[in-house]
Amino acid sequence: MHEMSLAEGIRQIIDAQAAAHGFERVTTLRLEIGRFAGVEKPALEFALDVVLRGSSAEGAGIEMIDLPGRALCYDCGETVEIADRLDPCPLCGSGKIMPQGGDEMRIKDMEVI
Amino acid sequence: MCTVCGCSSGPKIGGKAHAHSHAHAHDHGDLTHARTHEHSHSHAHDHAHGDHDHNHSHGADHDHHHYGQGAAGVSVPGMSQSRLIQIETDILARNNSYAASNRRVLAALQAFAVNLVSSPGSGKTTLLCKTIEALGDQPLAVIEGDQQTSHDAERIRATGARAVQVNTGKGCHLDGHMVGHAMDDLHLAPQSLLFIENVGNLVCPAAFDLGEDAKVAILSVTEGEDKPLKYPDMFTVAKLAILNKTDLAPHCDADLDAYEANLRRINPDITVLRVSARTGEGLAAWLEWLRAGLRVKARS
Repeated sequence: MHEMSLAEGIRQIIDAQAAAHGFERVTTLRLEIGRFAGVEKPALEFALDVVLRGSSAEGAGIEMIDLPGRALCYDCGETVEIADRLDPCPLCGSGKIMPQGGDEMRIKDMEVI
Repeated sequence: MCTVCGCSSGPKIGGKAHAHSHAHAHDHGDLTHARTHEHSHSHAHDHAHGDHDHNHSHGADHDHHHYGQGAAGVSVPGMSQSRLIQIETDILARNNSYAASNRRVLAALQAFAVNLVSSPGSGKTTLLCKTIEALGDQPLAVIEGDQQTSHDAERIRATGARAVQVNTGKGCHLDGHMVGHAMDDLHLAPQSLLFIENVGNLVCPAAFDLGEDAKVAILSVTEGEDKPLKYPDMFTVAKLAILNKTDLAPHCDADLDAYEANLRRINPDITVLRVSARTGEGLAAWLEWLRAGLRVKARS
């Protein structure tokens, strides 16, 4: 739902990088999005298409890298990887698990000319 | 998909239009600074949805770059004019820096701030009015977030408390920047409680740190026992859940234990309080939770 705000955050970072590094154009932008980040990837792609117009990254290829969801199981004490927020612990079957990662939203890197 | 939220139409804080370029650095540590921000908006992008070129690149098989073939971070040979810039920056870094600034101001004041999040209609404003009345002369202030109108701030002011309304326009959440400006306007007293009533929305506000000490999720008993399972993100980040309107539970066959079980399934650490703002049931426990938060801030 807030993908437009995220896209604006991405543009701010790109604009700052353009000022710092003096490149002409971003050709590829790589984002890392955690599985539990609450980001709807098609919505973010649509928002970026609009927000990046007129920037050095207009028309850049967007790659989104999924990062896994991780959680701590309160019953067996292990940190486990889960695909879905409501999945039980894959080791002991407990439902008492707390997300420990997978909410990342990062610009990893970008290729520029 | 909400394609307009958070964009171009800037927020209004206390009735004053605020448009920002997002390019200025500022520090909310200076409590006397306020009210005269000059900002220009640099995001006047048009939203011609429908007739624009939708230019998507899904990575590997387009004409320019082929990252997927090598180790991450290695440029493709033969493209010597291009270079890779490592960024590793959180997309919400700017929001988080505003939130950190707000947090420093709150820490210096030993003020305890709660970010009240819920669906629209859960009873946030009524709970807040009753809470303010019950807190007596405890110093406090309220930031009211809504897309439109200052109805809620007016309801709060009717209790005698200070309140600033933030209208987010099309925005679906408050962010750290808006809250910083609102805090400037409020001139918080030391050891205040600050209530930030977020836009009624169980999705977007989960991602935006405002600098608060705790998110408090309010859930009314008419919303359905499985709501925490349907909107897990918000209940995961909340420290406290208030199950509100318990006086209605017998009339709508609400199973309060099932609500609690589902909350704890999503977040084993969450504290749950059963409250009826209307009858006052459970209000004392909520007030004690707030006072305990204030005591912790006073010691730190």
